Amino acid sequence: MNREDSIKAQQQTKPYVAATPWLDPKAKPFIQIKGLSKQFNDFLAVDNVTLDIYKGELFTILGGSGCGKSTLLRMLAGFETPSEGQIIIDGVDMASIPAYDRPINMMFQSYAVFPHMTVEQNIGYGLKKDKLGKAEIATRVKDMLELVQLSELAKRKPHHLSGGQRQRVALARALIKQPKVLLLDEPLAALDKKLREQTQFELMNLQYELGITFVVVTHDQEEAMTLSDRVAVMDAGKFVQTGTPTQVYESPNNCFVADFFGTINLFNATVISTDTTTKTLRAELETTGTQLTASSEAEFAIGTEVIIGVRPEKIIVSQQRPEGDHLTITKGAVEDLAYYGNRSLYKVRSQSGRIIQVSAQNYQRSEALALEWDDKVYLSWDSSCNVVLSE
Amino acid sequence: MQKSSRFVFSALCFGFAFLYIPILVLIAFSFNQSAIASVWGGFSLRWYTALFNNEQIIEAALLSLKIAATSATFATILGTMAGLALTQMGRYRGRLVFTGIIAAPLVMPEVITGLSLLLMFVSLQELIGWPVSRGASTITIAHITFSMAYVAVVVQSRLSSMDQSLHEAAMDLGGRPMQVAFDITLPLIAPSMLSGWLLAFTLSLDDLVIASFTSGAGASTLPMVIFSKIKLGVTPDINALATLIIGTVSMGIIIASLIMFRQNKLNKVG
Amino acid sequence: MSDSKPVLTTRYRQPLGDKLWRRFVIGVPYFWLLLFFLAPFAIVFKISFATPIVAQPPFTQLFDFGTDTTHWLLATWDNYRFLTEDNLYWVSYFKSIKIAAISTFICLLVGYPMAYGIARAAPTTRNILLMLVILPFWTSFLLRVYAWMGLLGKNGIVNSLLINIGLIDSPLQMLYTDMAVYLGIVYTYIPFMILPLYATLEKMDTSLHDAAADLGAKPWQTFIDVTLPLSMPGIIAGSLLVFIPAIGEYVIPALLGGLDSLMIGRTLYDEFFVNRDWPLASAVATILLIIVVIPIMLFQRSQQEPE
Repeated sequence: MNREDSIKAQQQTKPYVAATPWLDPKAKPFIQIKGLSKQFNDFLAVDNVTLDIYKGELFTILGGSGCGKSTLLRMLAGFETPSEGQIIIDGVDMASIPAYDRPINMMFQSYAVFPHMTVEQNIGYGLKKDKLGKAEIATRVKDMLELVQLSELAKRKPHHLSGGQRQRVALARALIKQPKVLLLDEPLAALDKKLREQTQFELMNLQYELGITFVVVTHDQEEAMTLSDRVAVMDAGKFVQTGTPTQVYESPNNCFVADFFGTINLFNATVISTDTTTKTLRAELETTGTQLTASSEAEFAIGTEVIIGVRPEKIIVSQQRPEGDHLTITKGAVEDLAYYGNRSLYKVRSQSGRIIQVSAQNYQRSEALALEWDDKVYLSWDSSCNVVLSE
Repeated sequence: MQKSSRFVFSALCFGFAFLYIPILVLIAFSFNQSAIASVWGGFSLRWYTALFNNEQIIEAALLSLKIAATSATFATILGTMAGLALTQMGRYRGRLVFTGIIAAPLVMPEVITGLSLLLMFVSLQELIGWPVSRGASTITIAHITFSMAYVAVVVQSRLSSMDQSLHEAAMDLGGRPMQVAFDITLPLIAPSMLSGWLLAFTLSLDDLVIASFTSGAGASTLPMVIFSKIKLGVTPDINALATLIIGTVSMGIIIASLIMFRQNKLNKVG
Repeated sequence: MSDSKPVLTTRYRQPLGDKLWRRFVIGVPYFWLLLFFLAPFAIVFKISFATPIVAQPPFTQLFDFGTDTTHWLLATWDNYRFLTEDNLYWVSYFKSIKIAAISTFICLLVGYPMAYGIARAAPTTRNILLMLVILPFWTSFLLRVYAWMGLLGKNGIVNSLLINIGLIDSPLQMLYTDMAVYLGIVYTYIPFMILPLYATLEKMDTSLHDAAADLGAKPWQTFIDVTLPLSMPGIIAGSLLVFIPAIGEYVIPALLGGLDSLMIGRTLYDEFFVNRDWPLASAVATILLIIVVIPIMLFQRSQQEPE
């Protein structure tokens, strides 16, 4: 069976999976994490985490170093014993199953390719431990080598391989056991930028072809955004927000998430009025007199201080005052600007003294800068871009 | 900068001269025809002939080699286990005591180790009737005890510089802890185990004090025989013996470090 | 994400095979060290309270539950009392500490520039130099001490050289002096000083020196302000590796020292082998152990810190 055929076969046999199983109340979660905690001496690394992951999902756990994401991954793999809580995979409680018997395989951050074994031996190791026959191991290793395009390097030792090739050995070695779940610990961190982009797409394709549930841990928000079906943002051992990449980017729950994903301008605003039927509120931006509307699920009393977030790329800079009811408009002066070629970044000081960052696409070809330092400008954005954030 | 590097250079020259001149003089005088240490009487191999005809020395050397080989082998096994227990076994009761006593034999004055082991053997003999007599076997046990600490330190430092995810990866792929040890860990630390063995071997071959304490009436190791001879002054046949030992050891070290050098290059990836 | 009530874990039970393997790997070396390293100290301690007798073994039992029920405990402080009363032991302890401390300092003075030079050498030269330091350490300790007997003796090389060039008329007494002991200790223990020093110096970021120089420090100031403080772990480890075993050194004072070179290792050895007073030797060892136990603990801490 060549590669294309095998992909076709897999696509045909792949059962129908809802594109968004987490919205389907009848969908059965594939990985259930219930009230999971891990205590190291007096440090609580993972704090009562509950999470459902569905079959075939590419789920990313995103967070800074020390946020507990690696500990969570290691508990899934079976290298750490939870202090409290439960991990259920495909209906089986993992508590009493040692790492080597779990239907889970892992790709390590360092790749952990065995330096004293050839590429072939590395990939075949897992099957050998499963006590499979020599002939079967040989054929499956051969197929896997083809899948990850390493056939020519089968007899090489790892120190003759490049970083990207080693990454593929690690991936092949984990996939050959046909795990129910593949854990990937910072899968792209050790690769250089060019290779990272290419590998990213390869990973996504592979995941789609094989239909294996991927759980990725990363600190790189860009990687998380492009790879995942859903992302969980983790901080201090807890999930701060879980959702699709667009959800966490466009509708962050709070300042931490908003700031973690790219840049965001944060404003203080005072609630003037609320409308419970449309679930919107009107508020005054800082003390500039600018009024804005924003949608909010939560209700606020009049006079409450709220934080409003607006992404830099949503803001339009103009020298004439724009018109429109749906716009939030404020004034300022260009304090700093940076030209990146495809776009420019402006730092505009508003009347209240706050610096507002604006990212503007340079859609016109011009050798002169569109704006200069100290230019008086209007900043405007669609009111739907206003996001009410909690601290 | 110039001045300081010149200082460092002369310090190196002085230091190496200090380390090597006594050895080189010793080697040179082993080929001396004259029996007087300071007078050069021409080249001769007479001390080597005398050495090979000295049955006491040959016998002691064979005993020492036997003890060294046995104790080095056991010390490597026990020391490697200790290294594993300290780096890869997580937490357990008594780990602190273990870390405490594993490095202690490295610096413990030999007279204390020797005396305490002897008293231990005597007490055991009273208590359970073993060891029946002291000799090669008690010396071997004593040597295992202090040289396993050296092996453990060598192995431990290799283990802790090794990528910890290697053995986790093997476990993740279905290897049981024992299989992982034999499939992954031991092959990767083999060079350290070899140098640990060599270290244990030379330490055993070299030891006088502990062997003197733990030996019985019958067994005399090579250092014991040498010591009893040189206590009275310089004897040229010992020069010959020293030359042979130094020559063999140097060869061994050079070969071993070449092997290590190659292995290190191979293992850089891990 | 519905209920966030904590769920009690089923405790992970390690499979029997894994548990046995783990117990085996930890237990065997642990038991060995307990039996042949730690327990013997307890016995030394016990016997230091016994009375020497002419028998096999040459000391009394501490407990006698036989006929006389009132005097079942036969322990005695006599050995320790004797240690405090006889000057010989005090002198030996102090002299040992003094000789060990001075030798350690000399080792540091000679070893530091060497370690520094090796650490700053080009990689290939560095490996060769390092091997040259390690090489004597692998060759017989006893024979290296013996080599100095040939050099320092009345008819030794040094004396005949000095006489030949006319510096002295009659041979100097060099062998069997304290100077010879210092020389012997420095000579045999210096690799133990150089190696840990080298290890810290080699790891040190050379850009730190450049930074200090760039900020206007002269080479010697750079050394005092940057290199020396940063190499402290190596200095400590190396000094302890020399100091601790040197205190109890037997072979060097026995071969190179004079009759007045009373080092405690030699006193203990003689007490044991010549006077056959095992209880007194045990008491000497107990005190020596108390002297070295703090440096040993310091050494272990210095070993664990780099983690």
